[in-house]
Formats: sequence, structure tokens, C-alpha cells
Amino acid sequence: MNINLTLIGQMIAFVGFVLFCMKYVWPPIMAAMAEREKKITDGLAAADRASLDLELAKEKAVERLKDAKSEAAGIVDAANKRGTQLVEEAKNAALAEAERVKVSAQAEIEQEANRAREHLRSQVAALTLAGAEKVLGAAIDREAHNELVDKLAAEL
Amino acid sequence: MAGSTQTVSEYITHHLTNLTYGKLPEGFVRDDGSIIGGGGSWVMATGGHEASAMGFSAIHVDSMMWSIGLGIVFCWIFRSVAKKAETGVPSGMVNVVEMAVEFVDNTVRDTFHGHNKLIAPLGLTVFVWVLLMNLMDLVPIDLVPELFKLAGVHFQKIVPSTDPNITLGMAVGVFVLMLYYSIKIKGFGFVKELSMTPFNHWAFIPVNLFMEIVGLLAKPFSLGLRLFGNLYAGEMIFILIAALFSAGVGWMAPAALLQIGWAIFHLLIIPLQAFIFMVLTIVYLSMAHEDH
Repeated sequence: MNINLTLIGQMIAFVGFVLFCMKYVWPPIMAAMAEREKKITDGLAAADRASLDLELAKEKAVERLKDAKSEAAGIVDAANKRGTQLVEEAKNAALAEAERVKVSAQAEIEQEANRAREHLRSQVAALTLAGAEKVLGAAIDREAHNELVDKLAAEL
Repeated sequence: MAGSTQTVSEYITHHLTNLTYGKLPEGFVRDDGSIIGGGGSWVMATGGHEASAMGFSAIHVDSMMWSIGLGIVFCWIFRSVAKKAETGVPSGMVNVVEMAVEFVDNTVRDTFHGHNKLIAPLGLTVFVWVLLMNLMDLVPIDLVPELFKLAGVHFQKIVPSTDPNITLGMAVGVFVLMLYYSIKIKGFGFVKELSMTPFNHWAFIPVNLFMEIVGLLAKPFSLGLRLFGNLYAGEMIFILIAALFSAGVGWMAPAALLQIGWAIFHLLIIPLQAFIFMVLTIVYLSMAHEDH
């Protein structure tokens, strides 16, 4: 247990190892660790941001879905309305057409009836005249009695 | 284990003797009867008696070899990790090294508030190196010396931190750094600190100087001797337990149990002493940086 040159030798070795550690060991390890720490921090931040983005995207998607649903409902409504309207219009047009056909048919019938009546009247007038001629045995002056006959015919 | 030709005290003494290379003084009678010639000569000591006759001009070859060897192991491991240090997922040795580095870094951050690039690497070197040296205590105490004996080397102490030269060498290194930074940072304030505290009056300057210088000198001594004392005592217990093996077959089992028990307990002391050495180094240097 003597104190001797070993003391000096150990001091020199000590200085050497400390210098080596200071120059070649400590800086690269610390740098690598600091860099890794930064990388991990960045990674965590990115993950946080990503999950936030996901949340937002989900919300947006739900919103979009809601919009789309209401839009679709609107379109269906409009289509239904339009359909009913078309049916209504068609019905109205058909009714109007039917009315028109009916009116024209009636008019034609009227006309036909009038014509027949007119024809009948003139025949009645001629018949009446002929009858009257036979009854009276003499010719009736057509001119003189025309008014009378016409009056009679109009009364028919 | 003590051989049949050795007494227990010889066995213990043998285990506590360093392999010493040094200069024997002129006229010294060696164990084999030869007498050292004029001017003395550098020889390998054949025992504690010769080693102490060498005085200061001797070197503990085993202590130096193991201490520098372990220092190289430290540098090699940490340098190889530093080379491949990257930002990916660390594994294996990289983890161990980074754990040590981070541990030291945190300790330095907690204790040392100045700005000095030297302190953290110094702390790391001190911690790992002392830890490695202390760990040698767990190698079965007879294993390495017996192997060396086969190779013709008769003394081998493999735990450098049981050599006061080693621990005090490091402590003195720290002390030199303390003085350097005290003077560099505080300048004349360092002298003032020594002479005007704790009693801030000119009449007390001699008393203050005496107290402060004793306090200052006590730091490296306590630092070195604490480590030495703990490890030396631990080694001593290992040797004593090992000596029990020679006390008869009946002692084998209890001695083995004691050996295991003490080794487990020693597992606490080994890192604790390394940690204390590192923390005190940092604290002392931190005090050297504090300007009042």
C-alpha cells in the first residue's frame, strides 16, 4: 500500500481517457440522442395532427352526407310534385278536349236538327199548300197566301 | 484458496501485494541474497518487503495494466457506439451506453449549473471507469492470480480501485481541475473566498485560511480514500471468506454461501461508489464554478 509512481501514471491515464471521451464519445452520442428526441417529438406532433385531421375529415364527411341526404330528399320531393303536376295538367287537357269535342258535337247535332227542321218546315209548307189546294179545290195564289203559310210554318 | 504450504496470513498478504516494478536502492539485500549494485537498479519486486523499499520510484504494474485496460474497454465500447449512433431505434449495447450517457447527463444537469463542456464527459468517464474497476471485485479472487502464477507472474491485484494510488490519482486529477477552474472563474475571488470565509473580518484571515485550506485539501483526499476504503474493505472480506476454504471441508459450504452473500451485497456497493465518486466530482467542480 505504498504511494508511488502509479499515482502519476493513473493521473496521466485519467486525463487521456477524459480527453478521449470529451472529443470522440460524448458529442456524437449526445447529438444522436438529441436528434432522435427531436424526431420522436416531431412524430408525436404529426400523429396528433393526423388524428385531428381525421376527426375533422369525419365531421366533414358527416356534414356532406347530411347535405346529400337533404338534397336527395329535395329532388325526390320536386320530382313528386312535378309528377303530380303533369298528371293534373294531362287530366285538365283531357277534360278540356272532351268538353270541346262534346261542344262541337252538340253544335253539329243542333245544326243537323235545325237543318232537318228547316227541311221539314218547307215540306210542311208545301204539304199544307197542297192540302189546302185540294181542300179548296182551287189554286191558291201563292203570292197572296205566302205570308200566311210562312206564319203557319213558323208556328210548327 | 490457501495452498498447503501457505499460512492464512501469507495468503492474505499475498493477495494484498501489488505486482511492483521499481528501483531498489544501492546496497539493498534482495530476497535471494543478491545485493543491489551502485546507483540502484530497476527490478520487479519479489514481495511486499522489496516493494516498500522502492519508495516512490516504483509502479504497480498490475494496477496500471488493469486500470488502463479497463479504460480502453470503456473507450472502445463507447466509441463504437458513438460511431454507429443514429436516430433509429436503439438496441443492445447502444441502449446500455445511451442509458449511461443520459444518466450522467441528467446528474450533471441537476448538479452543475455553469457552462462547461468538460464536466459531462468527465463525469461519464469517471462513472464508467470506476464502475468497471469496481466490477473486477466480483471476479473470483483466486482465479486471475492463479492463472498469472501459471505464467510465472507471482503477484496480481486485479481490482485497481483497491489501490490508493489509483483512486488518489483520479482524485488529484479532479483536484487540479478544481484549482484550475476556481482560479479561472473567480480569479482573485478565489483567494478572497479562502481568506474571508467563514468569518468575514480581516482579523480572522489566518484562521479562515487555515480552515478553508484544510477543507479544500480534504476534498480530494476524502474523494480518493472513500472509494479506496470501500473497495479495499470489500476485497478484504472476499479474501477472508476465501481463506475460510482452507479451514477444512466442513467450512466449504458456509464459505461458499458467505461468498455469494457478500458478492450480492457488494453489487450494491460497486455502482454506489462509482456514482458517489462521479457526483462528488461534479459537485466539487460545480463549487469551483460558483462565483459569490
